[in-house]
Amino acid sequence: MPPVKPERDLRLDLFRGIALWLIFLDHIPSNAVSWITIRNYGFSDATEIFVFISGYTAAFVYGRAMQEHGLIVAGARVFKRAWQIYIAHIFLFAIYLAEIGYVSQTFDNPLYTEEMGILNFMQHPDVTIMQAMLLKFKPVNMDILPLYIVLLLGFTPALWLLLRAPTLALATSALLYAMMWQFDWSVPAYPDGTWAFNPFAWQLLFVFGAWCALGGAQRLSYWINSPVVLGAAVAYLLFAFFIAMTWYIPKLGVFVPHIVSDTIYPIDKANLDVLRIAHFLSLAVVTVRVVPRDWSALKSPIFRPAIICGQHSLEIFCLGVFLSFAGHFVFTEISDRLPVQIAVSLVGIAIMVGAAMLISWYRRIERGGSGPRPPAPMPGLVGGDA
Amino acid sequence: MRALALVAFALLLGLTDARAELPGICGLAGNFVEPDFGLAHTATAIGKKKLTIVVMGAGSSTLPGADAKAYPARLQLALSSQLPGVEVKVHADVKPGRTAAESLKPIISELAALHPALVIWQAGTVDAMRSIDLDEFSAALDRGIDAARAAGSDVVLINAQYSPRTESIIALGAYADNMRWVALRHDIPLFDRYSIMKIWAELGTFDFTTATKKLDMAENVHDCIGRLLAELIVSAAKSVETPPPSVR
Repeated sequence: MPPVKPERDLRLDLFRGIALWLIFLDHIPSNAVSWITIRNYGFSDATEIFVFISGYTAAFVYGRAMQEHGLIVAGARVFKRAWQIYIAHIFLFAIYLAEIGYVSQTFDNPLYTEEMGILNFMQHPDVTIMQAMLLKFKPVNMDILPLYIVLLLGFTPALWLLLRAPTLALATSALLYAMMWQFDWSVPAYPDGTWAFNPFAWQLLFVFGAWCALGGAQRLSYWINSPVVLGAAVAYLLFAFFIAMTWYIPKLGVFVPHIVSDTIYPIDKANLDVLRIAHFLSLAVVTVRVVPRDWSALKSPIFRPAIICGQHSLEIFCLGVFLSFAGHFVFTEISDRLPVQIAVSLVGIAIMVGAAMLISWYRRIERGGSGPRPPAPMPGLVGGDA
Repeated sequence: MRALALVAFALLLGLTDARAELPGICGLAGNFVEPDFGLAHTATAIGKKKLTIVVMGAGSSTLPGADAKAYPARLQLALSSQLPGVEVKVHADVKPGRTAAESLKPIISELAALHPALVIWQAGTVDAMRSIDLDEFSAALDRGIDAARAAGSDVVLINAQYSPRTESIIALGAYADNMRWVALRHDIPLFDRYSIMKIWAELGTFDFTTATKKLDMAENVHDCIGRLLAELIVSAAKSVETPPPSVR
């Protein structure tokens, strides 16, 4: 059985925390500050980071539970986590309904006759609420939690296999991904279309994260440290950067040969395009190089805010979605001038950090003391959640 | 990011390249309708003094009860005054709630009936509202563009309106990205209505968050869009006559 490392890799918390901030910034519509987020400079975005690290930490936490207490106990804990996320999703949906109700009550403008049609579904709140509880109605920007729920529901058998035959487990996951592309598998949504994040596709990144946590990262270290791989990763990131620039400066498009543009477009986010995976992997290779695991600055106060957010990802993610609604409300009701946008973004992140600190403090007093503890018996107590 | 860059450009260009022919309120955004690709059939039609255009669109291409004030009619007016001696006819085939795929049939019949030199295709909003599968959305655009080209027409795409109040309810992003990619792949101009309206919002030209039943703001917006479209069409047609060296 592969060893599960006892101490937590702070880089995971750091980058998950940063991903949560980026998701918050990207979720405020028309937020000028979101130009700093990585989605503007390449193919992948914070979602890849979030899903990969969530898979990694899920394997880290529940892998040990499975080794120590067996399949049933670990599976029960995974289900409990999925249930918590489901509740969080319904909570966010309630906020979303309030927002829609407000807009439909207060807004009317002949310029937007077409757009106001979206509010028609409020005429059937019963159906909409039922569909939301079945995870089929997908409000804007609330797609990650349903994906996370489904990924966790399938995680127990995946983890069982990962602990016994990691390579076979990863190959099975890749096969599922390939079959999704081959047979167009997807999850239907209400009233039309499919899920914005196809779980058959995104499971690959989640399982890959878990695979890395259970010894895969060491097995890959030869490749990660190879200068050829690093060079390829950097070259690919530059290529993606240039392509992304042609989206904003179409004149650059003349330098992209047709054979390239015909091949790469459309870059499919719902089905986790191969271009996006490659972009995420390239980012990961470069990041692992630049930020070593034992980098002393990881313990410095500068990174503390991001790390602490990453350690309470579910709560902070939900808070981020709520704050992005609130931020958008400020833009439309008060002002959307640039200084306001910057202030809203900064205040939002500060609230996320403050809430994460509060949660940490609360967990400590609930445990009755904060001294050093023996290896944690429960998920969540090693300093973070799956 | 794009909006921020555009504001920066606006401030830079606005000082150096004022366009006298556009009213001040539309003017600044006028610098962003530089054509990326030429319109060959349109140039030929202008040369022959008869320019027929079909606007294919959904609800945001019309104004309730005021068709003469909506941008297709304003476009015809602006083009007629910019192209003296050319008989300009803009035919609007507009139906609220129509997706890109539902526009295909009408596009094909308009092409057969009118033989337009140019098809202006406004899309994205309804598909985003109904969360139409993105593959289907861009495949529909591809098919419409191919049909128009096979029939000897140019195509200009128009993306969704900037609508700040509904932004957290309608996710335009992925549909706007796909339209951009489709335009790049087919070498056709994209009239970036979303970014232009965003600029107006940021510069305070229009306040799109106002709740009102009155048409005045909507009429002004459509008037500006019609003028800017005319600007784009005329310069894209000109760029065919004298191709700059950097264009392939």
